[in-house]
Amino acid sequence: MEKVDCIVVGGGLAGLSAAYGLASEGFEVMVLERGDYSGAKNVTGGRLYLSRIRNLYPELWDEAPLERPVTRELITMLGDGTATTVEIAADRFAGGDPGTRDGAGTRDAAGTRDAAGMCNGAPQSATVVRAKLDRWLADKVTEKGAMVVTKMKVDELLREGAAAGAEGAVASGGKVIGIRAGDDEIGADVVVVAEGALGLLSSAAGLRKLPEAKDYALGYKEVIELPAATIEDRWHLNPGEGAAQLFMGKVTRGMTGGGFLYTNADSISLGIVVAMEQMCSRGDELESWRLLDEFKDLPVVKPLVAGGTVAEYSAHAIPEGGIAAVPPLVGDGYVMVGDAAGLSLNALVTVRGMDFAIASGYYAAKAIVAARKGARGGAGAGIASRAGIASGAGIASGAGAGAGTLSAVDLAGYERSLRASFVLQDLETARAYPALIENRRLFTHYPDAVGRLLQDVFSVGPGPSQRLVKTVWKGARRDFLNLATLHDLWELRKL
Amino acid sequence: MNIDAKLGLDVFKLDKEPHIVVHNEVCAAKCRTKPCLYVCPADLYELDDQGRMTVNWEGCLECGTCMICCEYEALEWRYPRGEFGVQYRMS
Repeated sequence: MEKVDCIVVGGGLAGLSAAYGLASEGFEVMVLERGDYSGAKNVTGGRLYLSRIRNLYPELWDEAPLERPVTRELITMLGDGTATTVEIAADRFAGGDPGTRDGAGTRDAAGTRDAAGMCNGAPQSATVVRAKLDRWLADKVTEKGAMVVTKMKVDELLREGAAAGAEGAVASGGKVIGIRAGDDEIGADVVVVAEGALGLLSSAAGLRKLPEAKDYALGYKEVIELPAATIEDRWHLNPGEGAAQLFMGKVTRGMTGGGFLYTNADSISLGIVVAMEQMCSRGDELESWRLLDEFKDLPVVKPLVAGGTVAEYSAHAIPEGGIAAVPPLVGDGYVMVGDAAGLSLNALVTVRGMDFAIASGYYAAKAIVAARKGARGGAGAGIASRAGIASGAGIASGAGAGAGTLSAVDLAGYERSLRASFVLQDLETARAYPALIENRRLFTHYPDAVGRLLQDVFSVGPGPSQRLVKTVWKGARRDFLNLATLHDLWELRKL
Repeated sequence: MNIDAKLGLDVFKLDKEPHIVVHNEVCAAKCRTKPCLYVCPADLYELDDQGRMTVNWEGCLECGTCMICCEYEALEWRYPRGEFGVQYRMS
């Protein structure tokens, strides 16, 4: 069996991030990507949060192909016949707040804006298109000396202890020793499992459970081309800046989820995210794809997409099980990163995954480098530590000096550093979120109630007017001062 | 915009063999709700005139929703072989 230091299964952001770190340290890395190019099988809603990853691989982000920095955030609550939008533009989003930067920013001390209206600091997030971003990162990884093989689908993660494809390998829990792609087998000291959200290879290999509807959302979107100037007009943007708009309520017909709209350079991404379990247990047989057309037809959305040309339609599964659904991150011969490890977070108004993917790849690479150095540094000690965990068989397979499969103990630094980083800390903070956002009142009652209240406030009806305070009080009492709301409030304190 | 028009915008590279196989004996014997008919964002599933579930796998967006939502494991679902299937250009 041909052998390399490291195989990365999947050339998305998590896998490429790991490969970049490893190749930078001189590791022999092979990235296997089943698409025609990196990004060909990937879908984002549209936004990458940069604030927490900017200091990881800092040389990368200034030249990354980002669409627009998001300087304007909008949330639209859709009720019956109402649409209430909260909109905020903040200097901090554009990078105007020194507190959000890591000291390397170029903004001057006074925080002045340049001619384009942008703060000279670094934006906290930017819209992205995966076919561009991932492809660019794959080029960077190649420049570092890694081999990125596209059009190559991995069919199996090989575990020691049984012939390829045999059930015995899974049951025996043998270490991961490589991969099979078609008839080819390639061995590696460590396999970085970056296969994406479904985790089919790792569940077939017994490294995680099969995907369950309760842990996923379905996301699907249209990319709609619009001229840059039109985008800037419609969302009140300075040239080059971008907006993110989320929609809650009627758009999902009460299901957990929402609509999203992200402005790219010359297009917008308009789509729906909906909890898979709720979608597939609907009694009314509503076809999922129709929700997006209904969304586009809403009076508040129609003018936003008017005149646009739909250019692509895409869909993807999104891990939304939270930290409880994160599988073991490390085992003998492998680490799990990105969506494959369930590292994503829906916190209602901030939806993140790509920054977790990049960070997990970064920390995986660091840990692998440290593990290998440890193993090489004290040859005896390294071998002993591996012998301690490997299940008897296979210790002899490490042929060269210091070479051989890295054990779970060797690789434990990955999980430790992920726990010490924002990735698992933010997921831990959000432990209760997946259960909380199943509360359908968030997507039915509240968007409607907010709209109704404000509708009353702004209405001039045929009858005599009431004092404003009375109108507000009446609406509040009707929709907010009741047991159900108090109960929700009590639950939502965990948010 | 109908779903076929949407799928018509995407780049698909078609393999000769399907990457999704429906085990109709399982569907017929066990499944009453048939969520695959409406969860699929590409609307690929339909019942033929004999009531058998069919899947137009050629237009698959590879999200995996049908497989995840099938409680009875009636779908043999894998990704298309390397270089086949949908190739997103701007998502």
